[in-house]
Amino acid sequence: MKASVLVFPGSNREGDVAQAIELVTGRKPNMVWHGDGNFEKTDLIVIPGGFSYGDYLRCGAMAAQSPVMAEVKKRAAQGVPVLAICNGFQIAAEAGLLPGVLMRNENLKFVCADVHLKIETSQSLFTNRYQAGQVIKVPVAHAEGNYFADDETLKRVEDRGQVAFRYCAPDGTVDGTGNPNGSIRNIAGVFNETKTVLGLMPHPENAVEAMFGGTDGKALFEGIVEALS
Amino acid sequence: MTIATEKNPPVKLPNEPVITPQIVAEHGLAPDEYERLLKIMGRSPTMVELGIFSAMWSEHCSYKSSKVWLKKLPTKAPWVIQGPGENAGVIDIGDGQAAIFKMESHNHPSYIEPYQGAATGVGGIMRDVFTMGARPVANLNALRFGDPSHPKTRHLVSGVVAGIGGYGNCMGIPTVGGETNFHAAYNGNILVNAMTVGIAPTDRIFYAAAAGVGNPLVYVGSKTGRDGIHGATMASTEFSEDSEEKRPTVQVGDPFVEKLLLEACLELMATDAIVAIQDMGAAGLTSSSFEMAAKGGLGVVVELDKVPMREQGMNPYELMLSESQERMLIVLKPGREDLARTIFEKWELDFAIIGRLTDTERMVLTWHGDTVGNIPIPPLVTEAPVYERPWTLTPLPAVLVASQVPAPKDWNASLLALMGCPDLASKAWIWHQYDHLIMGNTAIRPQDGDAALVRVPSSAEGTGHKGLAMTSDCTPRYVQAHPETGGRQAVAEAWRNITATGATPLAVTDNMNFGNPQKPEIMGQFAGAIMGMAEACKVLEFPVVSGNVSLYNETEGRPILPTPTIGAVGVIHDIAKAVGSRLTQAGLAVILVGETQGWLGQSLYLREACGREDGAPPPVDLAVERRNGDFVRSQIDASRLSACHDLSDGGLLVALAEMCIAGGTGAEIALPSTDVPSHAFLYGEDQARYLVATGMPDDVLAAAKAAGVPAVLLGYSGGAALVVKGLVSLDLGDIKATHEAWLPTYMNTAE
Repeated sequence: MKASVLVFPGSNREGDVAQAIELVTGRKPNMVWHGDGNFEKTDLIVIPGGFSYGDYLRCGAMAAQSPVMAEVKKRAAQGVPVLAICNGFQIAAEAGLLPGVLMRNENLKFVCADVHLKIETSQSLFTNRYQAGQVIKVPVAHAEGNYFADDETLKRVEDRGQVAFRYCAPDGTVDGTGNPNGSIRNIAGVFNETKTVLGLMPHPENAVEAMFGGTDGKALFEGIVEALS
Repeated sequence: MTIATEKNPPVKLPNEPVITPQIVAEHGLAPDEYERLLKIMGRSPTMVELGIFSAMWSEHCSYKSSKVWLKKLPTKAPWVIQGPGENAGVIDIGDGQAAIFKMESHNHPSYIEPYQGAATGVGGIMRDVFTMGARPVANLNALRFGDPSHPKTRHLVSGVVAGIGGYGNCMGIPTVGGETNFHAAYNGNILVNAMTVGIAPTDRIFYAAAAGVGNPLVYVGSKTGRDGIHGATMASTEFSEDSEEKRPTVQVGDPFVEKLLLEACLELMATDAIVAIQDMGAAGLTSSSFEMAAKGGLGVVVELDKVPMREQGMNPYELMLSESQERMLIVLKPGREDLARTIFEKWELDFAIIGRLTDTERMVLTWHGDTVGNIPIPPLVTEAPVYERPWTLTPLPAVLVASQVPAPKDWNASLLALMGCPDLASKAWIWHQYDHLIMGNTAIRPQDGDAALVRVPSSAEGTGHKGLAMTSDCTPRYVQAHPETGGRQAVAEAWRNITATGATPLAVTDNMNFGNPQKPEIMGQFAGAIMGMAEACKVLEFPVVSGNVSLYNETEGRPILPTPTIGAVGVIHDIAKAVGSRLTQAGLAVILVGETQGWLGQSLYLREACGREDGAPPPVDLAVERRNGDFVRSQIDASRLSACHDLSDGGLLVALAEMCIAGGTGAEIALPSTDVPSHAFLYGEDQARYLVATGMPDDVLAAAKAAGVPAVLLGYSGGAALVVKGLVSLDLGDIKATHEAWLPTYMNTAE
């Protein structure tokens, strides 16, 4: 599998996700500069975490207008899978690749902590190595991860099974206790309609090694490799 | 433009005031210091020249009160590549890699404007590290706030923490450790000490010494604005038309620009274009250009009109003294200008050639072709004021014996009260606001060990990974009671915390926070602390490689507790062998390493349970410290320990409670037969002690005996309660709830 990781001015978790991809595939991904509207053919596009353009204006708003994102939109429409993590999720939402928006955390503070996620479906190229209902532990690190969508969008997203992950308690209970940022219906990650684009606030790339945050995130990358090979 | 030399005396700028004794005083120069200046210059200075002397001879830049004492600290070891005097210290950590690190204070700005003060403190220390060629891999911070009941404390905690997080998180450098204390002595003067550790190849380290007459001097980063011009309010108003406008003296940080600057600098450093590089920190362009030329034994011409400016109408004085953030000064090899410009333009940063190196040993400043400043460089350094200020040592207070301190009436309540007191309560509310996981290398997170531990990816393929252990420590109440003991203890505790992970402590950065050095008792605190630190650093082979001095930490004549914060770094060659302090499995033997006499003087128990802050602090026997620590490290290296925790604030019982709640496993222990009263045994703060958990108690105890190290089996892990037979029995849930409740409850309480 050939992966490409986008790099914007202010991206800062591109190395983490590149490290995770290399660990799972044995191959370094291609790093794509934001000004490159014509990057080489790739099996997977990753939009990494960080503070693209310093989060100025609005998280992800400026990056969403970059040359590379015009190309990403085109390729996503052709079915090239896109994994958008944290700031990447914010960028993808701003670019219209995913439904909903990400607002300031409910308590207005940055939060870096392990959270528990309930896998909503195993029926996607991103989650095929998990089981529906399974609970995994991965970290979050963001100030603006409070997912919101209007009622109509939310209904559509739920009806079509586009919710990928929900924040939950360690035992899988989905309620306020496990929700780190106030996201509506505890939504931590969503798919596009075709489930070829996944956006999520948590960082599975920081949960791929036992000594460094656990291994619950590794299956996400393994699942992608399996689906795309 | 005419070539400016010493033959061109500076021209007066329009509206340039005549230098009066008042203007001199407002620049912080004493009358005899001004006499010195006149002797060096041979004439009256211009305003910009006066400003330069004022900055270079300030306490902050010149270390004039502390220099004679700092010289007493040991700074050498075979693994030290660069000691004090550069932007940061450099040590060899093996495999062709170096750790580059320093700690620096941003106390006064953080008190005035907590968010920006703390943020720019973090930004500044990171620049000190990456200017030497290192990619920062970890940040730590040591914070001291006033009494929680003081009306400003909550606001300061909130702003400082948000500022540290705001900057470090955006930079993408994990903030992995630190400490936070509260004491009324910091009510009017908080301490914000920030530390950065970076990694560089040993053959790619960059220094500040300029070389090569004619080489271009290049300015990169943000534009220069009017922020942070110290003591310059008066001068800038007299210089310009709109004198009404008062500018804040606290700088404003932009971590996004610094992130770009970091990447651009590292990209340029991978080429062969750089001769020397220096960040613009305190005193901005003045100290950076001055230090580069001085260290290289050269002169420099700076064309100030070429400096990228944020606003119109700025003058030479403002440009030389601005402390605008995210700027660097670089000496390039000739012909590499275009290469460098391309890199900085790619990162959308300013790039300007603002001058050249000369052989005149003078700093010549020009402004649209006119010379506006012309200062001989060597005498400004060699004839800088150095003070041997009078000092009085603090006498050792009387030793407090355990019988003079009441035992708790209710043991359970006493432990809960300690675990929930401001100094010992969980600081999770703070470190959850710091990204401590980014880069994917954090092996020991805050609260899970005595030191933070991050992986250093090995430069060589196929070898195991090293770990870098880092900590910051100081027990100001010990230093206040007896500075020599306190200085010794701060170093010893940092050494112990590194040791408790299994790493070998290698070197120290010190951040000396004290009151007004012109008071003999304050200077005596400084002197005493240095004596203690020097002795500890020597015995523990733990040299000081970088540091920072912050004096005049007083408000209305009331000084802070003397706080020599020790930042320390160690290495473990196989990170897989490292241990944290969490007790995660049942059935492990809990062994106390080290001797317990029951020192309650200056203990947290004495302060929190008895409302007293008196007595002598626990003595530090450095030979014992070393022997016990080396033993513990050997047991970790032999993979015999599952967890290890040093005993410090709160003593044995607090340490055990911390191990239990961090790992979610209880323990049951019994006191060994001893003459020491129970409360002194359990809450005493004797030094050189560790609690270790092991599945091989016989081996550990036998090894301890062989090494001559006192070690005693106290009990075993297991269950969901902490039990000390006959004294304490508490559910972990209750301890944890009390421990975790204080700070969030405090912060969420409306003022």
